[in-house]
Amino acid sequence: MGLDLSSDFDGNRIQAIVDEHINLEGPLLPILHAVQEDLGCIPQEALPVIANKLNLSRAEVHGVMSFYHDFREQPAGRHVVKICRAEACQSMGSDAIAEHAKSRFKIGFGDTAPDGSVTLEAVYCLGLCACAPAAMVDGKVIGRVDEARIDAISSEVRS
Amino acid sequence: MTVTIYIPGDSGAVALGADDVAQAIVGEAQKRGADIKLVRNGSRGLYWLEPMLEVATDGGRIAYGPVSVGDVSALFDAEFLSGGAHALSLGNPEDIPFLKNQTRLTFARCGIVDPVSLEDYEAHDGLKGLRNAVSMAASDIVQTVTDSGLRGRGGAGFPTGIKWKTVLDEAGPQKYIVCNADEGDSGTFADRMIMEGDPFVLIEGMAIAGLATAATKGYIYLRSEYPDAIRIMNAAIGIAREKGVLGASVLGSGKAFDIEVRVGAGAYVCGEETSLLNSLEGKRGVVRAKPPLPAHKGFLGRPTVINNVISLASVPVILDKGADYYRDFGMGRSRGTIPIQIAGNVKHGGLYETAFGLTLGEIVDEIGGGTATGREVKAVQVGGPLGAYFPRELFDTPFDYEAFAGKDGLIGHAGIVVFDETADMMKQARFAFEFCAIESCGKCTPCRIGAVRGAETVEKIMQGIDREKNLELVADLCNTMKFGSLCALGGFTPYPVMSALTHFPDDFRKNPYLQAAE
Ligand SMILES: Cc1cc2nc3c(=O)[nH]c(=O)nc-3n(C[C@H](O)[C@H](O)[C@H](O)COP(=O)(O)O)c2cc1C
Ligand code: SF4
Repeated sequence: MGLDLSSDFDGNRIQAIVDEHINLEGPLLPILHAVQEDLGCIPQEALPVIANKLNLSRAEVHGVMSFYHDFREQPAGRHVVKICRAEACQSMGSDAIAEHAKSRFKIGFGDTAPDGSVTLEAVYCLGLCACAPAAMVDGKVIGRVDEARIDAISSEVRS
Repeated sequence: MTVTIYIPGDSGAVALGADDVAQAIVGEAQKRGADIKLVRNGSRGLYWLEPMLEVATDGGRIAYGPVSVGDVSALFDAEFLSGGAHALSLGNPEDIPFLKNQTRLTFARCGIVDPVSLEDYEAHDGLKGLRNAVSMAASDIVQTVTDSGLRGRGGAGFPTGIKWKTVLDEAGPQKYIVCNADEGDSGTFADRMIMEGDPFVLIEGMAIAGLATAATKGYIYLRSEYPDAIRIMNAAIGIAREKGVLGASVLGSGKAFDIEVRVGAGAYVCGEETSLLNSLEGKRGVVRAKPPLPAHKGFLGRPTVINNVISLASVPVILDKGADYYRDFGMGRSRGTIPIQIAGNVKHGGLYETAFGLTLGEIVDEIGGGTATGREVKAVQVGGPLGAYFPRELFDTPFDYEAFAGKDGLIGHAGIVVFDETADMMKQARFAFEFCAIESCGKCTPCRIGAVRGAETVEKIMQGIDREKNLELVADLCNTMKFGSLCALGGFTPYPVMSALTHFPDDFRKNPYLQAAE
C-alpha cells in the first residue's frame, strides 16, 4: 500500500497511547483501537512496544489482534465501504448489491483498490435491519441501498 | 414563540436521510425567520415512516413522514410548525395503530425524549426506579426482579433475578455489572434503539443492578458497528456522572457505581457471555467452559452479572411500578413485554413492544403488513442467525420462549426476518454454515470443522452431486454440531439449517441446471 510505515514508525507515539490506557482493567482492546485510530492500522512494529508494556509476549498481542475482524495490519483505502451481508439484508437483495459493488469497485471483499481509493468490506449486521439493505461509508450509515446508490458511492470515492 | 421540532438522531433514521432533513429544516427556518428548537430524539421505531419528524404544537405532537429534503419547503408552506395539514402529516403519532397497540414499558420514552437530557428523562418518570432501589435492601431489589418474572432478553431467557442473587450471595471485594451490547443478530436493533434513544434507562438499570448485588463497577461492551450508540451512550454517562446519578454516591446513597463503555472489535462470538468477558479482559474472544459461571468467576475472575441491554433497561420500570405490574403482562413462563424487531422484507418494519403471546402470523401479516415486495411470505427467521426458519404452517406459534422451543426454534433476542417467495432456502442453509465458519472462535472441532464441511456439502447439493447422500451428511453434521459444541454458535447453527431442510425440502431438490441459468 502507498504508505510505508516502517520508515517513519514512531515508537514513542505507541508508548504514549499505551501509557494513556495502562490503568484500565483489561487495557489491550482499547489500546489496539486507539493505535488503529491514530495510525490507520496496527503495524507489526507496534506489537513489541505494546507487548513489552503489558508484560505479554509479542505472539500474544498478535494473537489477540488477529482474532478480531476490525483490526488491520495494513492501512485501509482512503474510503471504506462496508456492505451488510447478513440475513435481513439478504432478504432485500443484498447479494445482488454486493455483486454490483464488487464489479463497480473492481475489487473483492476485504480488498483495497490498487490506487488506494477504497476498501470494500463485508459486515454482518449494522442494526439497520428494518431499512435493508444497509451499508456504511466512512462510518456513515445508509439504508435501502440500491445499485444506483452504489454507483453514486463509487463516483464519490474515486473523485 | 420557539417551536420544538424532533428529528430522530437514531442511526436507522439517519440511514434514511434524517441528518440531511434536519439540516434542511434548520436552513429553511433561518431563511424564513422561524424560531425553532431542534431536538434529535430517538426513533419511535416505525422505520417505514422514517425520517419521521414531530412538531410540538399546542394540541400535542404532530408527526410528518417519511420526510425527504425535497419536502421541507412545502412543509413550511403548509405551516407544519403549527401542525398544518400536508400529505405527509400522520397526525398524533401515538394514534398510529402500529404505535397505539403496543405496550411500551421498556421503550416508554424512546422517540419521545431528548436522549441526552437528564431533565427530560426525569420529566418522563426516569430515575423513579433507582430512587426506590436506593432505599431498599439489596436482597429486596433482587426479590422484586425475581418476582417480576423477567428473563434475559439476550437469547437464553435465564431468570434475571436468580442470576443477580448468585452474585449478591457471592463474597468479594470487587464485583461487576457487565452489559452485553454486542447485538450481533441480524434482524435485531432493540439494543441500539435504546442506547441511541433513551440511554439513561440503561444507566439506571445498571445502577440498580449494582445496588442489588453490591457491584460498584459496570462495563457496557458495545459493538464497534454502532458508532452513534457509542457516542450517545458516552455522552449520557458523562451527564449522569456530573449529576450524581453515577459516581461515588449514587443519588446521594453513599453507595458507589460507575460505568465505562468498551468497544468491541467485530467478532460475533463475543456476544456469547464468556467470550465477551475474555474480550473485555483484552484476550482473544474464545468461549470459556462453564462452570465456573460468570456469576462466580466472571470479569477478571470476580463475581459478575452479565445481562443484555434490554434485560437491564427493563429493570427501572419494574422497580418503579412493582413486580406485579410487570409480571401481569405475558403468558406462561414468559412474563412482561418483549420488544419484537420486525425486519427484512416486510412492509412495516420496526420495533413493536408488546406482552408475550402474539402469534407469529399476527406479527408478520397484521403488524408487519406482509412483505415489502408485495410477494407471498415464504419464511421467517426468528431469533437471529442461530434461529430457525418458520414456514407459514407454523405461524400459529405464540411468541413465548417455551412455545418456540417446542417448534424447534427460539426467540433469541426477538428479531424476526421476513423472506418473500424468491428466497432460496438452500442458500440460506449454506449461509448459516458459512456464518458459523467465519465467526467460530475455534475452540471446538464440531463447530470449527463442521461448519466448513457443512457449507461444502450444501454446495455439492446445489450442484446436484450425490444429493440424497449429501443431504443425509448435512443432517449428520448438524447432529454432531448440536451435541458436540461448547456454545450455541456451533450448537444452534443446526436450527436454521435443519429448519430450512425440514420445512422447505423442495428447495434442496431443484434442478442444478436451472439454478445455473438463473
Ligand atoms: C454466539 C452467541 C452470541 C450471542 N450474542 C449475544 C448478544 O449479542 N447480546 C446478548 O445480549 N446476548 C448474546 N448471547 C447470549 C449471551 O451468552 C448471554 O446469554 C446473555 O448476555 C445473558 O444476558 P441476559 O440473561 O440478560 O439475556 C449470545 C450467545 C451466543 C452463544
Ligand atoms: S461452538 Fe464454536 S464458537 Fe462456540 S466454543 Fe465451540 S468453537 Fe467456539
